[in-house]
Amino acid sequence: MTRENIEPIQMQGPVCPIPHRHTDTIVIGHGSGGQMTHDLVQNIFKSRIGNAVLAEGNDAARLTLKGQTEQIAVSTDSHVVSPLFFPGGDIGRLAVCGTVNDVAMLGATPVFLTAGFILEEGFPMDSLIMIIDSMAEACQEANVQIVAGDTKVVEKGKADGVFINTAGFGLIPQGRTIGGQFAQPGDAVLISGSLGDHGIAVLQARGDLGFESDIQSDITPLNHMIGELLEKIPEVHVLRDPTRGGLATTLKEIACQSQVSIRLQEESIPIKPDVRIACEMLGFDPLYLANEGKVIVILPAEKAEAALETLRTSPYGTMATRIGAVFSEDPEQVLLQTPFGTTRILDMLSGEILPRIC
Amino acid sequence: MTEKATPDFLAGYRDAKLVKGVLDEIHQRVTHPWALMEICGGQTHAIMQYGLDQLLPKEIELVHGPGCPVCVTSLELIDQALWIARQPDVIFTSFGDMLRVPGSEGDLFSVRASGGQVRVVYSPLDAVNIARENPDNEVVFFAIGFETTAPANAMAVIQAEKLGLENFSILPANVLVPPALHAILASPDNRIQGFLAAGHVCTVMGYWEYPPIAEQYQTPIAVTGFEPLDLVNGILQTVEMLEEGRAEVENAYPRAVTYEGNQSAQKLIDRVFKPVDRNWRGIGTIPKSGYGLREDYQAFDATQRFDTGRIQTEESKICIAGQVLRGLKKPSECPAFGTLCTPQSPLGAPMVSSEGACAAYYHYGRKKQ
Repeated sequence: MTRENIEPIQMQGPVCPIPHRHTDTIVIGHGSGGQMTHDLVQNIFKSRIGNAVLAEGNDAARLTLKGQTEQIAVSTDSHVVSPLFFPGGDIGRLAVCGTVNDVAMLGATPVFLTAGFILEEGFPMDSLIMIIDSMAEACQEANVQIVAGDTKVVEKGKADGVFINTAGFGLIPQGRTIGGQFAQPGDAVLISGSLGDHGIAVLQARGDLGFESDIQSDITPLNHMIGELLEKIPEVHVLRDPTRGGLATTLKEIACQSQVSIRLQEESIPIKPDVRIACEMLGFDPLYLANEGKVIVILPAEKAEAALETLRTSPYGTMATRIGAVFSEDPEQVLLQTPFGTTRILDMLSGEILPRIC
Repeated sequence: MTEKATPDFLAGYRDAKLVKGVLDEIHQRVTHPWALMEICGGQTHAIMQYGLDQLLPKEIELVHGPGCPVCVTSLELIDQALWIARQPDVIFTSFGDMLRVPGSEGDLFSVRASGGQVRVVYSPLDAVNIARENPDNEVVFFAIGFETTAPANAMAVIQAEKLGLENFSILPANVLVPPALHAILASPDNRIQGFLAAGHVCTVMGYWEYPPIAEQYQTPIAVTGFEPLDLVNGILQTVEMLEEGRAEVENAYPRAVTYEGNQSAQKLIDRVFKPVDRNWRGIGTIPKSGYGLREDYQAFDATQRFDTGRIQTEESKICIAGQVLRGLKKPSECPAFGTLCTPQSPLGAPMVSSEGACAAYYHYGRKKQ
């Protein structure tokens, strides 16, 4: 472009149209586990079928049965992961571990599961057998039994191979009160291991990354590790597994439930180099990627070191790290302290980055 | 020129000590207030992600440039994309970011929700493969991006031609940096005094196009990368030029950028594309600021294949996105920022893309001022 053909440009005034709010149809982002899911649950579900138990907003419901001193924890989770088999796991293992972990997050001991299958016409029987074998293995590992089930088949094209719903039941020992609403100023925030492994492993298995890595999903039943932790350190306030929406979204939920702020030290957050590199290439933030074998532990700061020692004795907690602390100022905020001494706010995941990862 | 540390790959470019050393130097060199524009949205994001703006002297104001292809793609082009994507036999392929950008009615997510075949691809060559695997479908790729994506977009067209694919076309939407710089600098209300040129664009194009611009408008330009150390080095070099009254072009990203750029990529672009006038969201039509397909490749032009020329839409006046994209206003100065306008319900494109300035402000915690 030369000087001669430049004309001063008369720029337009304020622009941009109001975009679609997606309040009239379901779009993929409603399943992200982030803000859109949150809004859907609040505006459509809770406003119509809400009650005091649901309002607690934890991974599992805490129920008291008449005449019983022990409480029970109940949770349900549907699994639609694509592809069905990926490095480190498959939909069967996911369906068992996801629900076992949700029950364990109330400090409960998971005992029984139910499993409902939606199968697509034409789905190979061999694949189904592999999935059920994998569920059996995961049940053995978690020491739970599947005690009820259901099978439905839909026409070819009306589902994607197999969808699995599981529900879980567990016993909460007397006097144990753990939940997202119990974080206290002065508490320490721990994470049991590295972040983002599951999200990247599934994406890679879809084969559309254009590169290969050795990243494995972290799918794990966490109930034994949590059981040992609580036996040694019963003072734990919050347990939560950062699945869809990742660490950032999950901590934001806890900050809102407990009316506190959470400050994280960016340097201390464990992320494997392969995951970090994959995220940088793809433009993802590992703090928003799903995990299926990690737990956030929030507890009084003076118990943090002992808790880390206990977590690290488990094969699933070797990378357990203290990543932050809870404060009373700026309630509902999650703040990340960068290595440069600057601060940024972490909000809930908005929209959808990786659909159908669990 | 200041002597620069040469750190280890990547990790070193985020080394807080090295970055602080350069920041100290910026603090020492600054004597005047300066308004610098980082052209690329990727740079905006890195600045906000690492909080570098919090560490600069108060004299230095960073204004965010138009370098987010998602944000500057015109409403008209998005409406054309939506129309094509709604056609029953079409598989519409796009980078993921474009799916949330609002057209006049809905976005590509809504098209998908209502049965349209919209697929996210990570490379235009993936779209060519989809065309090969689906001979009964028309496969269209939304060819957005600055000069950075143009070589891959050109390659997709050449590949489709080589494979004899008659069912592949692109919706040409590439935009170019130098004409945008002219538009910003020639604008009567321009207040930008120095530029951080977009390092990735220059990796492809080199920076031979910039010296005449620096000279014509007496505005220094530093080719700048995306890591914290790259960014502060770019800022330092621009500040030095400003303080010394030099309107020159310097390369603060020499590990990736040469003066000539990637010449085989440029040849590829030139073989397939020619400069055409393009409408920029929030800025208006800038002459010769986009890439259209050359005559030899018009068969791959989706605008012709689907006759989308008849789809013409005007932009409505709701948010201040235009002024944000032009660097006249900060996202936090918008009355709707963070309240009416959030990434969940964006009023403007800069709130939509992960590279958008408003989204960067929102995610990295800039409150209303």
